[in-house]
Amino acid sequence: SLWIRFILIQNRAGKTRLAKWYMQFDDDEKQKLIEEVHAVVTVRDAKHTNFVEFRNFKIIYRRYAGLYFCICVDVTDNNLAYLEGIHNFVEVLNEYFHNVCELDLVFNFYKVYTVVDEMFLAGEIRETSQTKVLKQLLMLQSLE
Amino acid sequence: MPAVSKGDGMRGLAVFISDIRNCKSKEAEIKRINKELANIRSKFKGDKALDGYSKKKYVCKLLFIFLLGHDIDFGHMEAVNLLSSNKYTEKQIGYLFISVLVNSNSELIRLINNAIKNDLSSRNPTFMCLALHCIANVGSREMAEAFASEIPRILVAGDTMDSVKQSAALCLLRLYKTSPDLVLMGEWTSRVVHLLNDQHMGVVTAAISLITCLSQKNPDEFKTCVSLAVSRLSRIVSSASTDLQDYTYYFVPAPWLSCKLLRLLQCYPPPEDGAVKGRLVECLETILNKAQEPPKSKKVQHSNAKNAILFEAISLIIHYDSEPNLLVRACNQLGQFLQHRETNLRYLALESMCTLASSEFSHEAVKTHIETVINALKTERDVSVRQRAADLLYAMCDRSNAKQIVAEMLSYLETADYSIREEMVLKVAILAEKYAVDYSWYVDTILNLIRIAGDYVSEEVWYRVIQIVINRDDVQGYAAKTVFEALQAPACHENMVKVGGYILGEFGNLIAGDPRSSPLVQFNLLHSKFHLCSVPTRALLLSAYIKFINLFPETKATIQEVLRCDSQIRNSDVELQQRAVEYLKLSSIASTDVLATVLEEMPPFPERESSILAKLKKKKGPGAVSVTELEDSKREGGELNGGSDRGPDTAAMAASNASTPSPSADLLGIRSAPPVGAASTSAGSLLVDVFSEAGPTIPPAAVNDDGFLRDLEQPTETSDSLLVEGSGDSDSAPPSEDPAPPLSEADELLNKFVCKNNGVLFENQLLQIGIKSEYRQNLGRMYLFYGNKTSVQFANFTTTVSCPGDLQSQLNVQTKPVEPLVEGGAQIQQVLNIECLTDFSDAPLLNIKFRYGGALQNLTLKLPVTINKFFQPTEMSSHDFFQRWKQLSQPQQEAQKIFKANHGMDTEVLKAKLLGLGTALLDNVDPNPENYVCAGVIQTKSQQVGCLLRLEPNAQAQMYRLTLRCSKDSVSRRLCELLAQQF
Repeated sequence: SLWIRFILIQNRAGKTRLAKWYMQFDDDEKQKLIEEVHAVVTVRDAKHTNFVEFRNFKIIYRRYAGLYFCICVDVTDNNLAYLEGIHNFVEVLNEYFHNVCELDLVFNFYKVYTVVDEMFLAGEIRETSQTKVLKQLLMLQSLE
Repeated sequence: MPAVSKGDGMRGLAVFISDIRNCKSKEAEIKRINKELANIRSKFKGDKALDGYSKKKYVCKLLFIFLLGHDIDFGHMEAVNLLSSNKYTEKQIGYLFISVLVNSNSELIRLINNAIKNDLSSRNPTFMCLALHCIANVGSREMAEAFASEIPRILVAGDTMDSVKQSAALCLLRLYKTSPDLVLMGEWTSRVVHLLNDQHMGVVTAAISLITCLSQKNPDEFKTCVSLAVSRLSRIVSSASTDLQDYTYYFVPAPWLSCKLLRLLQCYPPPEDGAVKGRLVECLETILNKAQEPPKSKKVQHSNAKNAILFEAISLIIHYDSEPNLLVRACNQLGQFLQHRETNLRYLALESMCTLASSEFSHEAVKTHIETVINALKTERDVSVRQRAADLLYAMCDRSNAKQIVAEMLSYLETADYSIREEMVLKVAILAEKYAVDYSWYVDTILNLIRIAGDYVSEEVWYRVIQIVINRDDVQGYAAKTVFEALQAPACHENMVKVGGYILGEFGNLIAGDPRSSPLVQFNLLHSKFHLCSVPTRALLLSAYIKFINLFPETKATIQEVLRCDSQIRNSDVELQQRAVEYLKLSSIASTDVLATVLEEMPPFPERESSILAKLKKKKGPGAVSVTELEDSKREGGELNGGSDRGPDTAAMAASNASTPSPSADLLGIRSAPPVGAASTSAGSLLVDVFSEAGPTIPPAAVNDDGFLRDLEQPTETSDSLLVEGSGDSDSAPPSEDPAPPLSEADELLNKFVCKNNGVLFENQLLQIGIKSEYRQNLGRMYLFYGNKTSVQFANFTTTVSCPGDLQSQLNVQTKPVEPLVEGGAQIQQVLNIECLTDFSDAPLLNIKFRYGGALQNLTLKLPVTINKFFQPTEMSSHDFFQRWKQLSQPQQEAQKIFKANHGMDTEVLKAKLLGLGTALLDNVDPNPENYVCAGVIQTKSQQVGCLLRLEPNAQAQMYRLTLRCSKDSVSRRLCELLAQQF
């Protein structure tokens, strides 16, 4: 079956802003993957596709300002669905953090995990409705 | 809207993060972190009990430090304590820490599981979700043991909140992936499937992932999901762009859910129920129609979401491969995308078309885009797009366009990116061999390949050209002339020297009549390259020289002088030295006769023959099969030699590249095995089997996790259709009344029945053939069921069973003719009585001929009557077993094969197969409990053959060693051959 192996948010300099793993890797392997993804993604420009083969998988990525949002999936999985999955996620972050910027992700890293878990779980898409996700996040925000 | 300010809630954390960001150097950062760690440690160790807030703050800081890349060796207990807080924010940080930093410290796992258990039963949906997310994120075996039975209950309970159901579904999916044995759906199956009907689209979105995964593993139990998925899809597809409110994304209704529904349907064959099928076809048509409508928004999000669904629909259409109209429409749509301004769409269209090329219905439609694709190969900026273009050219290649495509690929190779050269080289080599109409074109192509991209030409490729030249005397002269010319280039690639040395050493005599390529000229040319070459190539050249002495006595003195010089006979490389010394002595002492015998032309390489080639040769006598005759023959296998398994074979050779022995040992035939050794044989069948096992449930590409091999695999399934005449193929032979040669896949079909007696032997668009058989002693009875899958009558339906060659005297097969008419949708039966006279290796052939709509259908299969069918199981003790094992100790009585596991190594499956084989599976015999031993007696009319079998799995290497000892040599060999395909 097909599922997301990991989600990475990195800036141009290669600093990781979020790493969410849906497959067992040891820490060294994770670090290697992070570096490799950075290397393959940052050399590409706007004329390139948003897809790049990666080991036995592929990375679907999109760049927002200085941040690269990358999703690693099986080669036969649906590229455009994940490309828009990224955008949907970014729109939620943007609403939640009110014009999200990189620093929001740094200082609120523990909240970003909550947003991810609302939208993606076990490497699958959990919820796609922005209204529903934001309503839930608002509710959690009100809890102590 | 909840705008979140920086680090709200935890000031200390925000300050710490700011401090870290302000550090000017790595050292400063480490210093600051160590200070913080010391602080936190002292707080945790302090006498004063920490309040929840502080604990949360410090645990969160530790997490931050860990995420920066530093090791954390404390704080786990404090994090676990947070789990039992009744404040959401504290609990959340506790769970997050556990999810990110989990280690299987058994002490903690017990505490964590306890906290999760409490939250799951809290009836507080927020806490339940936190707990479920933690299980889904960690997914350990211990968690599966603790919660696998609880979660399905939560998932289907009537009073569970929607958001909890979403989390429960995916949590269960994660546990199922980790520990399928612990997740028992049984009683829940139907209620889980019905989640597809849930009102909440988020629940459907989450549940469908679970259902898809479970369906792949248990298609039968979940097959009711097909009609539910179709009706759900139909409702979405036909809804207006605003109907679904929250689930409409840029005017596209529920794009992700639509994709997932279409993906789920790809786990199944087309719906059998006409109404369901009709509804689905309607959906697919609607999706294709929408692609032609003007966009509702100019935003790329709109078109991406729409096209995500379109591409998934096309995947489903390709998966079904049964609706010519939809396939051609899909192809036309993709054709439009090939010229789209969005690179993404061009890329995806090329990729998707690649799979369309392998459908007989759309192959021709794909071919019409050849110019666009060639242009893409030349002009696309993104190498990955060019790569897809190359893949597509490869997939659309057939005899009609092979020369054009190979030429384009060769010219692209001159400037191709290094990253894809090797793959391109292999593709060119495969296409050249597969579609060679004349071998001079093949030789030219491969030599060009070496010239253009010599570094990327692997040994397999040049071995192959040599094998083919050796085996075809009609091309030897041409090959000699061409390599001779190629070697004139001042700088030629070492691979060219290798091919040149080998070919001139064997066939230089064929061009020696021309004074421009006299023996001495040839020798000087070769020797001018000698000193720049590596040791293996020099070794090869030395062998060529000694062959020259035999071919051309006039070169003897010159060559002996070369061999005699110090740099040769005192060479520090032992291989070179040995050759020089031995060849020198051989040429000085041996008589011309001895020399001629030793240095005789290499014998032909054993081909892995396709059944059609073998058949043709038998008909016309060895050597009589010319290229053109083969070309004119039935297109069943399509290729000139080796049949349709040639592609994967070559690919497999490349895959086993690393293990290929040094060529220097091989080329004089010192080693007994040919360069393309046994390894590639089993690897080749591995590929074949992977595909045949894939069945209807999994699309082939998903099975093979090696993208490269997958790409190379595709064209073997091109339109070399089973319906040779029916498909109106213009270059196939006119309908003949002679039985067709066996299908290229006849052996694979046969292999499926070695360990079973019943099943579907063959199926195409028109006909299905089922088998039931039973055997006792040396007798068998087989029932064949011929089903007409069309609505049209088959006329002149005849079937003929024959025993070719030796089989005639080994097997006796009796049957009665069948009714000549088979009505549409009807099935007829035929009974065969089989008697095994003596042991045998070949399979009887079943030829079927009938007229369908005027066209003659003619196909031949191998009947799965294999020697093991006549086994009688024999139980015996360990002592007896090993005593007999020792008695069967003559070398010929034993056959052994070491091969890679083709089908996973599950114990139960293995046991079932060994029992299906017909032998007794003996427990407690082999001292190693991992091994399997079996015993049986094969009953034939003339004699009984005792057989012992031992199968030793090596789970780590994913390999098996299979050993057979039988009282008759030929039986050992045959069983070994048959069985190596089964595991």
